Amino acid sequence: MIMMCPSVAGTPLKDVTIKADAPSELLLQKHVDYIAAYSDKVNDYEYVMTEYLRMSGIYWGITALDLMKQLPKMNKEEVVSFVKSCQHDCGGIGASVSHDPHLLYTLSAVQILSIFDAIDAIDVDKVVEFIRGLQQEDGSFMGDQWVSDICGEIDTRFSFCAVACLALLKRLDVINVDKAVEYVVSCKNFDGGFGVRPGSESHSGQIYCCVGMLAITNSLHHVDPDLLGWWLCERQLPSGGLNGRPEKLPDVCYSWWVLASLKVMGRIHWIDKSKLERFILACQDEETGGIADRPGDIVDPFHTLFGVAGLSLLGSYKNQLKAVNPVFCMPEETLTRLGVRTQLL
Amino acid sequence: MAADDDVESSSEELCLFYKDREEWKDVTPVPQDDGPHAVVRIAYSERFQDVYNYFRAVLKSNEMSERAFELTTEAADLNPANYTVWHYRREILKALNKDLKQELEYISEVIQDHPKNYQVWHHRRVLVEWLNTESNELEFTALILKIDAKNYHAWSHRQWVIQTFNLWENELAYVDTLLQDDLRNNSAWNQRFFVVSNNTDCDDATVEREVTYTKEIILKAPNNESSWNYLKGIVSTKETIFNYPGLDEFCQTMYDKQLKSPYLLAFMVDMCEDKLEAGVDKETTLSKATELCTLLADTIDTIRKKYWDYIKKRLVSRFSEN
Repeated sequence: MIMMCPSVAGTPLKDVTIKADAPSELLLQKHVDYIAAYSDKVNDYEYVMTEYLRMSGIYWGITALDLMKQLPKMNKEEVVSFVKSCQHDCGGIGASVSHDPHLLYTLSAVQILSIFDAIDAIDVDKVVEFIRGLQQEDGSFMGDQWVSDICGEIDTRFSFCAVACLALLKRLDVINVDKAVEYVVSCKNFDGGFGVRPGSESHSGQIYCCVGMLAITNSLHHVDPDLLGWWLCERQLPSGGLNGRPEKLPDVCYSWWVLASLKVMGRIHWIDKSKLERFILACQDEETGGIADRPGDIVDPFHTLFGVAGLSLLGSYKNQLKAVNPVFCMPEETLTRLGVRTQLL
Repeated sequence: MAADDDVESSSEELCLFYKDREEWKDVTPVPQDDGPHAVVRIAYSERFQDVYNYFRAVLKSNEMSERAFELTTEAADLNPANYTVWHYRREILKALNKDLKQELEYISEVIQDHPKNYQVWHHRRVLVEWLNTESNELEFTALILKIDAKNYHAWSHRQWVIQTFNLWENELAYVDTLLQDDLRNNSAWNQRFFVVSNNTDCDDATVEREVTYTKEIILKAPNNESSWNYLKGIVSTKETIFNYPGLDEFCQTMYDKQLKSPYLLAFMVDMCEDKLEAGVDKETTLSKATELCTLLADTIDTIRKKYWDYIKKRLVSRFSEN
């Protein structure tokens, strides 16, 4: 239920209220079943409509299952084969078969193969070449290539995707890291946050990407951790949930973007843990399994992953959930196996 | 999802499937393929299937034609988030040298239906880049912002247009109208900073005007994160908040009136920190700062107790006379 909550000074703030009978325990098996059954729904309208992000959808499902210690529920051979079939000649990887190559899905693909320890299924050199070619003169990254004079989208999300992907492949050296950092820093705002491009409003999702990018490139000294940390912990509303920017409703995915950013900056304890945990648990669907953006809404794999990952970061349900890496949103043990480390404050 | 089904069934009645059209007989449709081992049981709309089977075919053969262009219109209509469709459509626009102004009108319609979609906004930007004219971008983004004053894509596009075509003149006035509607609109406050910091040198007069403006809005609704953030941001371009004339009294007056907004108190803590750094009234200021932090941690902003305890500790360790 969404309502306007009276604040201290009597003026309304946006938030939700959690019903008394909302789920209050982790329904782990239900989420496992939900994710495992999701890829069977190939006849579902929603499944078909999200083909354009299938690679990310698979990454969300695989990571959620692995964090819940149920990765074997996924058919590894099938998935690896699918990923392989999505790599183009240019090296870039598309969301699905016959979808154009894109940095977003290239990262998801590399994350999937890293978790499955099957990175050799694709041509790594070509992936690296694809990413290298996306860096612009000002250090920014396009999401996909120039074709004739059609300019690609520039977005700090892509700066993150590029360095995260290259870090997983141990090939960060191929890009101009200093310039890449310079561009991200140019997106820093007066409130300490980061936006999609220079001047754009601070947004929790973009902040996660920028902070993550700076952590990967050992450049966190460009962040004011107390200032940004305060802006981030200000995302927590009375319901316990986190929003993406001031005066917006809480959403479970921000439990990840905000929390992970705070973790990287060594300030995760600035969030009221028990209140956030209560919010995330309330977003579960007791009947279908899965987690939604806010209590009572329809679930999806995206929010299921970020809800579970958020709980893991909080240190909740330690026996049932694997530790998650705050920069890559992958099981910590995968990063350890790969020998990939980032800066953490 | 029910609403989408209704729209689709009425369209199906009007249009012939591609597989039944004479002029498409030369093309072999490419069925859905989710990978070598997937067994695909297709139960979704026949029209969707038909359109995308033919889309995949022309994509494969890289057909640059009017009929392929129309096909992209249908494919985008069925799934506007499909980035491959938009990319392909742009290639055809170029290859066939199509009327970009007409395309701009078309994308305006699509954006109004799907205002939170990345692809349609990027498509619009490319068109504006190709046309190299400001066209009606300010008007269009204002239209979208009228429906959702915080639409991130709209603001981002608007900023780009203003920078590219130098359209700063009336922007502050526009931001003001939005803030009159909702003084908590963080996007509008961000835009204000964008204009002031890019279009002026943040000279004394400008900053003074902005401070006066912001203080008035704070008085109307003191518990507003955006306005306090903006105040700090704009003053900080010139000066520490402690040193800026009038702010100390402004805050103290509200505080004395028992106004316990966490943002007011946080701002006052910041001012104390500035004062302490400048070595002014160390003992009194530190005492005041720690008192404020305690109030915030234990009463006013308890959800962020750990943060306020940290700030108190940091102030004490930095500035106490031990």
